[in-house]
Formats: sequence, structure tokens, C-alpha cells
Amino acid sequence: MAVAGEKTSPKPVSDRVLQEKPAAEKSWHEVVLQSLKRNDIRLVPYVPDRVLTTLIKNIHADPFFTTFPTAREEEAVGIVSGAWMAGMKGAVLMQTSGFATLANVLASLAIPYQIPLIMFVSERGTLGEFNYGQSLVCRTMRPVLDSLAMEYHTCTRLDEFEFIVDRSIKQAITTQAPVALILSPLLTGGKVFDK
Amino acid sequence: MSAAMNTASNTPARNTKIMNRFDLTSRLVAKLTNEEAVVGGIGNTNFDLWAAGHRPQNFYMLGSMGLAFPIALGVALAQPKRRVFALEGDGSLLMQMGCLSTIATLKPDNLTMVVMDNGVYQITGAQPTPAAAVSDLVAIAVGCGLANSAWAADEEDFERLIDQSLTASGPTLIGVRIDDKPGVGATRRDPVQIRERFMVGLGARQAL
Repeated sequence: MAVAGEKTSPKPVSDRVLQEKPAAEKSWHEVVLQSLKRNDIRLVPYVPDRVLTTLIKNIHADPFFTTFPTAREEEAVGIVSGAWMAGMKGAVLMQTSGFATLANVLASLAIPYQIPLIMFVSERGTLGEFNYGQSLVCRTMRPVLDSLAMEYHTCTRLDEFEFIVDRSIKQAITTQAPVALILSPLLTGGKVFDK
Repeated sequence: MSAAMNTASNTPARNTKIMNRFDLTSRLVAKLTNEEAVVGGIGNTNFDLWAAGHRPQNFYMLGSMGLAFPIALGVALAQPKRRVFALEGDGSLLMQMGCLSTIATLKPDNLTMVVMDNGVYQITGAQPTPAAAVSDLVAIAVGCGLANSAWAADEEDFERLIDQSLTASGPTLIGVRIDDKPGVGATRRDPVQIRERFMVGLGARQAL
């Protein structure tokens, strides 16, 4: 159920997988969408980020996904945790500052209950940041991930991105452990000061 | 500022009978015959769910205050044919009020939410919540778009609202005013076992 966004005519998953472009021709957001699909990740709650705009739009447009905005990132974590326990896989999209709100839910729900929480974090705060607060909160992200001994990768290159995303999703599910995939401005272009 | 400025009071919309969390939870659990999922929020709501008799379809939240409704929403989306109940405290709901809008937008018709409202953070020493004297959580739920929201006048009304929710065309929220008694039981704090048994109880995986 796509709450917002237009419906397109549904096709069998196998057809769509066959339509995947060679990895070298895909944009980073096509890699994310197709990797989610290939791994049967259907539930995608998110708190938006400028960099994620096209990805979010395309996920809404694809009837394979159930996708919707949540008011807070930890709400989205609760939703995908409940869904996974009931047999539906999910992933959460957010921005760096949203990740900074998650320490408690990671430490009290995702990690101790062994839930394969898959997070895509659009990285603000570095490589051209124009908002001082964003650059400060960004510095808390990796120390939090390290202090919880969580798996994470900073994704900077398109040529290795599909490998990282696909393998990380599979590892999260098989080891029942959360993973954060940090989408660097080196990969996405980031958000730059334009006014 | 006086200490009494935010103690719980009878607002016109919130002058229902003061009931008991364990009694209401037991009444709910006694009605469950179709392997319905029940998600208990942090602290007393899951302690009383545990005390009402463990079921494989019960999930007990041991942290992540405020996430009982979001977790239950996830279960409801993944298994639209299963009825899902969520038990949440008033203080917990105040932490994650935005989820009411999310749920109102998604409109899962298999989700019944119960807000246990005693106006205090009972487990930390019964300090009043900021909402205690002034806010009507059911009116807030209605304002968030959950039209099917009501205070239960008494125990019989609670049971009637539960029954009614089973055939409702959208999600239901039931507010109950409760006393300040602590939970009756103490959930065994073993997150992995709680999660694994819940998944088996929901048929999401086979037991080892």
C-alpha cells in the first residue's frame, strides 16, 4: 500500500528484477531501490531528507513498497521492528540529525531483541556543510555506532555501492543485527548552500 | 508554582470511572480466542499483560518508551488479517504522539489501541505528567484523525468498545482512566526469548 504517490501497473517481481540495468549504469538511488526489492524489503517508513527526494518519490511510485513518512525516526524503527517480527521486512530512511535521536531505541529495542534494523542515513554535516548544527550533530553519529558496536559503512563510491548495500542487507537479516548505511556526499552529491 | 498545578483532574471530557490496569488487561486477555497479537508498552502496561497470563502472541517492550503503538502498527501492516492490540501508558503516548497521525493516515482496520491514563509516571514515583490536568488524550487522538476514539465510561463500556473495535472499518483508540496502582507482575526481562516466542506465536517462523 503506497499511501501517497501514484500507483503504477504492478508486475511480477521477477520481471522487474530482470529489468535491472547493469550496476555501472545505475544511479545510487536506483541501487538502493533495486537492492531493497531484490531482498524483499517492502516496508519503508522514512523521515525525509533533501538528498533522498528522488529515492522517496520512486519508492512511492512502486506498488511493491509500503512507504510513508513518520513523525520521528524512532517511530519508524518501532514500525519496522514490529513488521519484521510479524514476517515483513523493512528499512528506514533518514538524515544524520534523525539518527542522533535513535540511541535509546537502538540500545533498548533493535540490539537487545536482535532485530535486523536496516537504516539508510543521508549524511549531512560534512564535505560542504553550511549549517553549524548539522556539522556538530554529524560528529555524534559514528561514536554512537561505535559505542554500540554496530555494523555500519560509509558509502562513498558508486562502483562498490551495490555490493555494500546488498551484502549489508543480507548480513543484517541473517545475523539479526542492525546496520547503518551512511550515504556520503561523495556518493550522493549532498546538499550544498545555494542561497 | 504550586505542586498541585498539574495533578490529574476531571475535565468534562474525561470524567469517566477510574478503573484498574490489571483488571482491564485481564478482561481484554479473557476475550482473546483468535491468536490476536498484544503489544505491551514499557513498564506497567507490559507487567500487567504478563500477569494476565503469558500468551505466545504477547510482546513485552522493555525500553523504547512510546513505541508500543508503532510496533503494533508494524505488526498490523505485516499481518492485516490478524487483530492487533496495543496497550500504552499516557506518559508513553506523550513521548510519541506523532504516531497517532501516522496511524490515522495508514488506517489499519485491525489495530485496537488502549491508552491507560493515570496522569502520572507511576513507575518512577507517581510524578504527574505535563498533560495530567489539562490534556484530553482521546480528544488529541480525534484531532490526529483517529475518529474512532473514545473514553471508556466503565469496565462494561471498555469491553463493549473492545468488541466494537473488532469490526470497525478503521483503527480504534480506547482511553481508560486508571488508578495509580503499580503493575501486578514482573515480566521476565529476556528480550531475545520475548522476540523469538512472539515471532513463533505470530507464525513468522518455526520454533528451533
